[in-house]
Amino acid sequence: MFMLAAVFCFNIITIGVGMQLSILLMVLLAMSSMAYYFGKKRALRAGNGHAKNLHSLPSFYGLYTAIWCGIPALIIFGLWVVFEPAIITHLVISGLPDDIRNISSDRLNLVINDIKNLVSGNITSVNVDDNLQAAADHYQQLMSTSHAALVVVVLCLAIIAGAIALSRIKAQHRARNAVEGMLTGFLIFCSSIAILTTLGIVLSVLFESVRFFQDVPVSDFLFGLEWSPQTAIRDDQVGSSGAFGAVPLFAGTMLISLIAMLIAVPIGLMSAIYLSEYSSQRFRSIAKPLLEMLAGVPTVVYGFFAVLVVAPVIRDMGGIIGLDVASESALAAGLVMGIMIIPFVSSLSDDVINAVPQAMRDGAYGLGATQAETIRKVIFPAALPGIVGGVLLAASRAIGETMIVVMAAGLSANLTANPLEAVTTVTVQIVTLLTGDQEFDSTKTLAAFALGLMLFVVTLMLNIIALHVVRKYREQYD
Amino acid sequence: MTKSLSKKKKNSGKLRTIDIVRAGMKSRRAAETRFKIYGRIAIGMGLLFLLVLFSSIISNGYQAFVQTYIKIEVNVDASKIDPQGKRVPEDLSRANYGGLIKASMRTMFPEVKARRDKRQLYRLVSTGASYQLRQLVIDNNDLIGQTLTLWVPADDEIDMLMKGYIDRESDESDRRVKDKQIAWIDKLISEDRVEKRFNKTFFTAGDSRDPELAGIWGAASGSFFTLIVTLLLSFPIGVAAAVYLEEFAPRNRFTDIIEVNINNLAAVPSIVFGLLGLAVFINFFGMPRSAPLVGGLVLTLMTLPTIIIASRAALKSVPPSIREAALGIGASPMQTMIYHVLPLAMPGMLTGTIIGMAQALGESAPLLMIGMVAFIVDIPQGAFDPSTVLPVQIYLWADSPERAFVEKTSAAIMVLLLFLIAMNAIAVLLRKRFERRW
Repeated sequence: MFMLAAVFCFNIITIGVGMQLSILLMVLLAMSSMAYYFGKKRALRAGNGHAKNLHSLPSFYGLYTAIWCGIPALIIFGLWVVFEPAIITHLVISGLPDDIRNISSDRLNLVINDIKNLVSGNITSVNVDDNLQAAADHYQQLMSTSHAALVVVVLCLAIIAGAIALSRIKAQHRARNAVEGMLTGFLIFCSSIAILTTLGIVLSVLFESVRFFQDVPVSDFLFGLEWSPQTAIRDDQVGSSGAFGAVPLFAGTMLISLIAMLIAVPIGLMSAIYLSEYSSQRFRSIAKPLLEMLAGVPTVVYGFFAVLVVAPVIRDMGGIIGLDVASESALAAGLVMGIMIIPFVSSLSDDVINAVPQAMRDGAYGLGATQAETIRKVIFPAALPGIVGGVLLAASRAIGETMIVVMAAGLSANLTANPLEAVTTVTVQIVTLLTGDQEFDSTKTLAAFALGLMLFVVTLMLNIIALHVVRKYREQYD
Repeated sequence: MTKSLSKKKKNSGKLRTIDIVRAGMKSRRAAETRFKIYGRIAIGMGLLFLLVLFSSIISNGYQAFVQTYIKIEVNVDASKIDPQGKRVPEDLSRANYGGLIKASMRTMFPEVKARRDKRQLYRLVSTGASYQLRQLVIDNNDLIGQTLTLWVPADDEIDMLMKGYIDRESDESDRRVKDKQIAWIDKLISEDRVEKRFNKTFFTAGDSRDPELAGIWGAASGSFFTLIVTLLLSFPIGVAAAVYLEEFAPRNRFTDIIEVNINNLAAVPSIVFGLLGLAVFINFFGMPRSAPLVGGLVLTLMTLPTIIIASRAALKSVPPSIREAALGIGASPMQTMIYHVLPLAMPGMLTGTIIGMAQALGESAPLLMIGMVAFIVDIPQGAFDPSTVLPVQIYLWADSPERAFVEKTSAAIMVLLLFLIAMNAIAVLLRKRFERRW
């Protein structure tokens, strides 16, 4: 519903008669409020002026009438506004002279745009001739007819539905159940948006990927060693045949994520252990929020930090010991990403370490173990599943992280394990392929969706494994 | 019998257990200390990273809040900008104000004759000076014919020089401010014509290719509209979903699928939501690119899991006795929910929502996908105008080659962080103020 709402809000504006339609919405709202009032009044009358004679509270009868008056009309209104432009455009096209109608669809789109511009008084791309003017008039006429029809239909529907609802009100009418039923429907709808979102992601990514794999075989994409997505614009162009072997991207992503995990896991884990086992309550209450601030810093800030501070430092240090470090080295991006992930590892580990029952600690102390031995030999093994789960979640975060690598990692696909060289990642390529101004169905843009599919599948698998591990072993000692 | 035997054996042996333990104590204590030190190092490093991050941003950015201004006297020559003397607004807005500024620079430095030198001289002041003058003249036609004293922004390179980022001693070919320009500026300084003032432009202007004219107001407005859309959609939907899942949903396959979905969506990379927005909202529904509306929709889908999870936790913390009491005096489950449980869970839900909004405010990757990365000068007036958001503006500026943009980027980051800290502080306060322990 909120998608529909958004679409029709947008269409209100594009139609350019937002005023009229918003007035219609207001009228609808006013009618609903009146319906509420009448519903309540009628219910009271049905109960001889006493609410105790009614099945439900009077306000439920009011709500019942108001919902019936408002919601069906609103749904029709939404559908109308969503589908109106397409239908009108179709009608205008069929009214155009044959010679214009038979041109290619791209140019037809231009003509339609010109007509729309003419209607809204903008500048058109061609000189206005009689045909165009006639089409524009036609468009405008259809538009006003449609709006008049919309107003009539919506208002009639509101009145009729409201009147029917009103006529149903009797003393024994179960208005509360009806209203609550509708409310439950709304709640269920809101909950299923999560499913719709997942479905939307899967379908949109899958759909474009299938189109991509029609051009490029799956095996080439998954196992090809060369990535250069520059497809030739002209047929005779040299050296830009376009290679879509994603292995260098996977390798680059793995390399940077690995560096990040090498930074984040030891630091995050040790700080979690220290904070939960050693530190005083006061130190913990200061240090824990400070560490968690690292997670709240936007990733674009980390990207800027990597470019401005970390990469030059690493390059200079490499220069001192005689190493040739690329200015967009994997090390810089990985290091900064590691800093970003520290709080994920530390707070997840903190939770599981705190969940280990005190009795286990006491038991170990009773046997004469030192605190460090207790932690290493008793608490750590007990918390290990949770820690592994947390690390896997952090890894999926690292793989999907975008802004840091877009700003600090390279663009050219380099199949190397040397952290001092520039590598590129899956997310970097998605951004570079999709932020340009190319047509949407070129192999290049479709490749981005194929990469997105890989990203989604891999992170999803990591998450499922992580959640499974965490859930399976979490309450082992309770 | 055997017990006493073994005891005898132990006592008669050379080493008693306690001796073995004592012998090992030293290395065990050392290991203990080492372990503790590792922990301290880890926390120290985490805090050090935080410190370096913040201090480098602040040290790079604090000077962006001031801007170098130069005082010039401009003769608003009627014959130049309004030769017919009709004061027609169109003619006035089209007139050559840059020429007036240049003329005033020439009168200040009459000794500059060569064309190349003149061009360098003109570059001391920003191109914004002529816009400023135009606005003044259009607002008040009486100024035509007068000589005005104006403080105009200096060019970004001059600004960098004044702020000490350009080394005067370095070789002339290594810096963009030339020796002659430095000499002119020094002369202006000695005449008290150069001043650093609070940089109002930074907070009121939209984006610009000239660093001295660039501001964050456009991006901030874009962020505002995007967040409003996100809030209006994600709060009601998130709360409704949480209420259903926590209070009404029967345990069946359908609700299980929903729960698994929500948990997984919380960990899907944000860029994937951008792909969804591009494919569904822009290409399928034909919504406009770069609009806060679409950005808000994408961020709604992204923040929903956060809000749902937080809201469910809030609902869970309301004790069952409240529900039982309400049900006991005859309220329906829905009434119990709306009138009793929801108000008690509201602070927790709001906290979760604010945290979700803070996440959305800092997010940029999915917005790159839906075209909010364009160079947009105009300040958006609504959720349908093309716009960008603060984090994306930061990304755009970070990519710009001019030295002055490093400073602007850091300053924009400081503003963004300030908002985030404020939002999180509100969330913490809300939690502290209204949190109830049952």
